Amino acid sequence: MDMPLIEARDIHMHFGHVIALAGISFTLEEGQVHCLLGDNGAGKSTLIKILSGVFRPSKGEYLVAGRDAGFGSPRDALDAGIATVFQDLGLVPLMSITRNFFMGREPVRWLGPFHVMKFAYADRVAREEMRRIGIDLRDPEQAVGTLSGGERQCLAIARAVFFGARVLILDEPTSALGVAQTSMVLRYIHQVRGKGLGVIFITHNVRHAMAVGDAFTVLNRGRVAGRFRRGEASIEDLQGLMAGGKELAELAEELGGTV
Amino acid sequence: MDESRITGAAPPPRLDERLGRINWAQRLMMRPDSGAGVGVVLLLVFFAFAAAGSGMFAADGIMNWLHVSAELGVVSVPAALLMIAGEFDLSIGSMIGFSGMMAAIPAVYWGWPVWVAILFAFALSVALGWLDGYLVIRTRLPSFIVSLAFLFILRGLSLALSVMLTNQTIISGVNRAAKGDWLAPVFGGQIAQPVFVFLAHAHLIGTYRDGSPLVSGIPMVMIWWVIIAAVAHFVLSSTRFGNYIFAAGGDANAARSLGVPVARVKVILFAATAFCSALLGIAQVMEFGSAAADRGLDMEFEAIIAAVIGGSLLTGGYGSAIGACFGALIFGIAQQGIYFANWNNNWFRVFLGALLLIAVLFNTLIRRRVTGER
Repeated sequence: MDMPLIEARDIHMHFGHVIALAGISFTLEEGQVHCLLGDNGAGKSTLIKILSGVFRPSKGEYLVAGRDAGFGSPRDALDAGIATVFQDLGLVPLMSITRNFFMGREPVRWLGPFHVMKFAYADRVAREEMRRIGIDLRDPEQAVGTLSGGERQCLAIARAVFFGARVLILDEPTSALGVAQTSMVLRYIHQVRGKGLGVIFITHNVRHAMAVGDAFTVLNRGRVAGRFRRGEASIEDLQGLMAGGKELAELAEELGGTV
Repeated sequence: MDESRITGAAPPPRLDERLGRINWAQRLMMRPDSGAGVGVVLLLVFFAFAAAGSGMFAADGIMNWLHVSAELGVVSVPAALLMIAGEFDLSIGSMIGFSGMMAAIPAVYWGWPVWVAILFAFALSVALGWLDGYLVIRTRLPSFIVSLAFLFILRGLSLALSVMLTNQTIISGVNRAAKGDWLAPVFGGQIAQPVFVFLAHAHLIGTYRDGSPLVSGIPMVMIWWVIIAAVAHFVLSSTRFGNYIFAAGGDANAARSLGVPVARVKVILFAATAFCSALLGIAQVMEFGSAAADRGLDMEFEAIIAAVIGGSLLTGGYGSAIGACFGALIFGIAQQGIYFANWNNNWFRVFLGALLLIAVLFNTLIRRRVTGER
């Protein structure tokens, strides 16, 4: 097996007296979708903030391509090819798709004192990249606000991929979406994996995780509650682990069915 | 288990059957400034009847309302850019009076060469605009409050300093000092005078008794309006800085997370707004030959109103420089048109308020259309 894209060893994170992470190990390989599951407060957010350079771990090793990451800011992580798509997506609804796609990384040429944007090129790229996802734009000048939730999620992912991400961290990309929209996003995640990128897929929806995941890490109360490869665990197993087992079983009994 | 796996690549792209193709007319409707453009035309048609025979559309009449529009346009364009970036500058009007004073006092009372006094006034104004922006960024207070403070400070300074240094609030005699100065005509002069002399000789425009044309030339403030509007439109629509402006006003957090220098963009725009305000203040001083501490009163509101009428959203992220020009045109046409039509000019305020209300409602509608929100 090749060297993993990302390797975290025994990561601890303390905020004053609060122990958010108590020794978590995690690896991500090329072409792998690694699902990070856990209920609210399990430590998912803290872990991805460490992986994306927002926090430095209190203790433990974080290696990127075998070397110590030592990120001081999200910018460092981005430069190392680790792109995070947070839930707000980093899109401006009032701006055009092209302007959003290239926001902060505008293709320019000099004209006297001005950095002129190469709009013909930018429009073409935006249109092509969206077409690759299966979204035919009427017009790359249309505002992002006119896109559906799933399309926006795909746009944010496509942007990260286009600008050279090798690792994608997706923070609950399907949490606010309907069925059709979700399948659009999951299909795109599958497509991204095909290019050899590593994807960390954060979710608390076990079905969505099962649909695309190669590996699963379940967090509970700041620790790894379980680690599986595809086919090693059932939906019920994962769901039980996420909730710490007993509460959900009790609830299922109460409601007279499965949750 | 494996059948749950999503298979295959993306389906071939297809047109969503629920989306019609849009034609150029619909695309025009989505522009922020088209409403104001229509407004200009309607207003012109209206006054063509309402003020028929009043001379509003003779050469000197046109020059009259274009001059009002140009003066407002010089400040409404930067106000629009600042609004798109999500900020307000309420100190525009005070800055006009202040910069005029700062050019006139050194020129008349301290004997500075006029061009030095002009550069001094510009430097001081831009520095204060920069400070205004810097304070907004550092304190994270709404620019509404910070620039409101500047409104009072600058107006107070203009009055207090002029009384302290010269014992009066109107400084005249700038025209005498500016005679032969190389920089003063760039702001207070006229161009294309021979064209108007020729037109007068050809009896195409009206003349005084002595045969000199009623309109002697195009005032430089109009030229500056065109230059400022052209540069602003180009920056906004075609440059990276333009993208930064939209991003800063649309969602500052998203912009920052993608590396857009939001703070720098806003501070630069505050300084640019101060520059344009100073330009207008200095142009008025050079044109009229005097400075008054109360010049530019209420101009900050007029500039903001013109920007809003021109399609800029009060909440930022959307708007146009051309729209702000249309807003200034509507303002000039209506204000002077009411005068030409010989109505009580108090009606102008009623008209302006009503127009502002209509424009805000219309903008909200356009924004919903652009973003697809219901």
